[in-house]
Amino acid sequence: MEQHTTFETAQKRALLQERIRRGAVYLLLTLWALIVLFPFYWMVLTSVKSYGAYNAEHIPSFFTLHPTLQNYIDAFTTVPLVGYLLNTLIFTVLTTGLMMVVSVLAAYAFARLSFRGKNLLFTAFLSMMMIPSELVVITNFATITHLGLRSTFTGLVLPSVTSVFYIYLLKENFEQVPDELYRAAKVDGTSDLKYLWKVMIPICRPTIVTVAILKAIECWNSYVWPRLITDDPAYYLVSNGIQEIRENGFGRENIPAMMAAVVVISIPLILLFLIFRDKIMSGVSRGGLKG
Amino acid sequence: MNKNSPKAWLYLLPALLFLLAFLVYPLLDVMVYSVEEGFNFASQTYFGTGLYNFSYVLHDPYFLQAVKNTVLLVLITVPISTGLALVISAALSSIRPLRELFQTIYFLPYVTNTLAVGLVFMVLFQRTEYTDGLINLVIQLFGGPVIDFIDGPYWAKMLVLCVYTVWVVMPFKILVLTSALASVNPDYYKAARVDGTPRLRVFTRITLPLISPMIFYLVITGFIGAFKAYSDAVALFGTDLNAAGMNTIVGYVYDMLYGDSGGYPSYASAAAILLFAIVLTVTCINLLVSRKKIQY
Amino acid sequence: MEIILRNLTKTFPARGKKGRDGVTAVDHVSFTVPDGELVGLLGPSGCGKSTTLNLICGLESPTDGAIFFGEEDVTRLAPELRGVGMVFQNYALYPHLTVRQNIRFPLENRTGKDRLSRQDIDRKAEEAARLVQMEELMDRRPGELSGGQQQRVAIARALVKSPRVLLLDEPLSNLDARLRLQTREEIRRIQKQTGITTVFVTHDQEEAMSICDRIAVMRDGVLMQQGAPQQVYDDPESLFVARFLGTPPINVFHGSIRNQKLCIGDQPVMDAAGAADQEVWAGVRPEGFVPCPDGPLACRMERVEVMGRDTSIISSHSACTQPVIRSIVSSESAASLRSGQPAEALVRFALKPDKVFLFDRDTEARIRLRPAGSVPASERSAR
Repeated sequence: MEQHTTFETAQKRALLQERIRRGAVYLLLTLWALIVLFPFYWMVLTSVKSYGAYNAEHIPSFFTLHPTLQNYIDAFTTVPLVGYLLNTLIFTVLTTGLMMVVSVLAAYAFARLSFRGKNLLFTAFLSMMMIPSELVVITNFATITHLGLRSTFTGLVLPSVTSVFYIYLLKENFEQVPDELYRAAKVDGTSDLKYLWKVMIPICRPTIVTVAILKAIECWNSYVWPRLITDDPAYYLVSNGIQEIRENGFGRENIPAMMAAVVVISIPLILLFLIFRDKIMSGVSRGGLKG
Repeated sequence: MNKNSPKAWLYLLPALLFLLAFLVYPLLDVMVYSVEEGFNFASQTYFGTGLYNFSYVLHDPYFLQAVKNTVLLVLITVPISTGLALVISAALSSIRPLRELFQTIYFLPYVTNTLAVGLVFMVLFQRTEYTDGLINLVIQLFGGPVIDFIDGPYWAKMLVLCVYTVWVVMPFKILVLTSALASVNPDYYKAARVDGTPRLRVFTRITLPLISPMIFYLVITGFIGAFKAYSDAVALFGTDLNAAGMNTIVGYVYDMLYGDSGGYPSYASAAAILLFAIVLTVTCINLLVSRKKIQY
Repeated sequence: MEIILRNLTKTFPARGKKGRDGVTAVDHVSFTVPDGELVGLLGPSGCGKSTTLNLICGLESPTDGAIFFGEEDVTRLAPELRGVGMVFQNYALYPHLTVRQNIRFPLENRTGKDRLSRQDIDRKAEEAARLVQMEELMDRRPGELSGGQQQRVAIARALVKSPRVLLLDEPLSNLDARLRLQTREEIRRIQKQTGITTVFVTHDQEEAMSICDRIAVMRDGVLMQQGAPQQVYDDPESLFVARFLGTPPINVFHGSIRNQKLCIGDQPVMDAAGAADQEVWAGVRPEGFVPCPDGPLACRMERVEVMGRDTSIISSHSACTQPVIRSIVSSESAASLRSGQPAEALVRFALKPDKVFLFDRDTEARIRLRPAGSVPASERSAR
């Protein structure tokens, strides 16, 4: 019986420890969530403070009782924010669209068609994944400059189209479609292109959508290449726009207007993320396995 | 079998053209650039070939500053972000309610524009004539001195850069580690429970070894990513990183190529090749170490 | 150590919607495992046998009911305080540790006054390894071992801390057929050698019947029947148990009782003294058929399969619930059948009364007959 009570106290102590541990875990998680969210909160908060009020606060306040949309109006009128957004949209759609066509065709060739030298070529493809973009950007810069394509959408889009990794991802996915379907389609006299369009793409839609979203995010946030290749502010993308706003825009002190611009730029992606959360997260963690 | 051949090449053609023009040719060309001495971008002429470009870059104080900044950034952020991500992922995996919410929040920085949020960090850390900034306010609250993190001393600027870099790279690491933790067979934990294994011991003796391949993967990609840091620094300190003394190696490459000090693709190529020599060496060392440590 | 389950119930909350009833995985199970016996928990997948094992182990806590180890109530005790050893279905050997490290692991957990010296740990680990005959392979990793060897390491790891009770979850399911036979003998030997009370879970009735002192058959969380394997086989209390035990499985006919006789397809085939007139299921074990020229049960002959010592006659009958009737008869009595029989002819059987079980058509519970005083006429003539 004595043994029994020691068991019982041990049990009680374990329960208490468990409670403390859980409390600590939630505390830690909440703390990190706050650290992640705080910049977003601050950005939105500052964007609705009026210019005068913001600069009058020596000690920044954590809320405002007089929210204003003036900064948003400034953001759209003083700097060509709409232009930046449109440019980025065009760039994103063109690049993503072109990449999808090119990648799907290549992935299909690797996954379904047979030709001489396929394995060798695929190995070459895989080794291209290791080429760092920082190395090739120098020549691409020279090429585009010599072709006279600086500050054009062509110059922006063309070098951004290639993505070996997405071809690889699509190929792996295509290969999971059973061979029998292809043979059946061949027996029915379906052409390869039609089979790709009518069978492969619908079956592999989840992966295709994921790849497209990931590429779109990448395009929306791209900074280095657009910066190198666009001198003309009329072709600035949002990242360059932000940099431009920061250095020459509203005057360096108009932080609230800058924050309004930042909010406008961030919203499309956050919406995209909230809609396609699972696709994006699984896609990224799969991409994480490519190493 | 070969009747498909021409058609297959047709499907591959667009991808091949793009890759050859914008990936393979540039890779070879950059080697050529790096050995062409005194290359003039406007006239496309050069004096001769040799290793002078490398020598120039290695003696350039801006490059040496960039290397120092980059190496510091790598050495500070990779261990901190990986360790922190491990703790957070472990905490995240041990709870059920609110897990999805936390996961969603933690992933947010991944989809936001680095430049845009960098501006917010700048505002938080910056000291202007109007305000000391929020972070300084907190420091003052604990009795510390006011520091300008954006235009102030080197260590302060490095600190902000590190903080921002960690903030940016955490989503990916948390995501990878939580899925690694989720893939550990729960029977291992049940077996450990039946044996009365203390929690900490379960974590260090079972969980950590089991997910160690993923941790090494994160360390390796973390090293590579941090060595290529650039836009985080631009976001915080503006495009003229040399003036701020906060340039990174990649930043040096781009500055040599374009911008106020630009127009030297040969120097840029040499610097880029040096960077990848460093990255390759570090990655190989990492791989060798992980080979030794991961035993199953 | 005797294990007593009293009214054990485990209900899992319904996932998702509130207000929906949960799933009752274990439903008021009462059951005693006598000290030092090897007991098999048997049932189809999803019957609650694994949950029962987890309840005994302490990995799950019951919604209702109690578990006793001997005199001690362990219902609310954490698993590590119960003194149980558990072998998991996929062995759960730590892949990054060697065999030796795996076996030592449970001992190294002990802290404070229970802490063991290095020598003690080494000695106990060696002992456990010797018991399962793995002392040669102590420095291998689990990935370098065969399935059977991994199984033995898992058993050693469970036994090294001298548990009061050993629990095995589907211990043979990951092994190939040949290894399975060998490993179950091994489990039996280890259990007898250590005399440790052992509960193991399986869906394979042959496995359970062959090595257990006692089996408990479960279905949908309910304990259907328990007892010594032969006793349960010879005297099933329900159609489910009768069907679950035995290979080839029991043959079940649509039958009816009329005037104290069991009729299959209008034909009275056997005395059924003491049973009221009703529709029934009539289960006949394969060995309950006796080929006999004037036997009452006429079946369509399909084919004969010779298996050496025995012969199995495959036939069919319109009242049978299965497409074919499998009967096992001695080769001599089958020999007469085969010669001169045209294909697709009728074959006639008499039935051995102790191999025929009647079950209620609705409840599927056993209908007990008055013990027949006399051996049926057909069999008498056969002698």
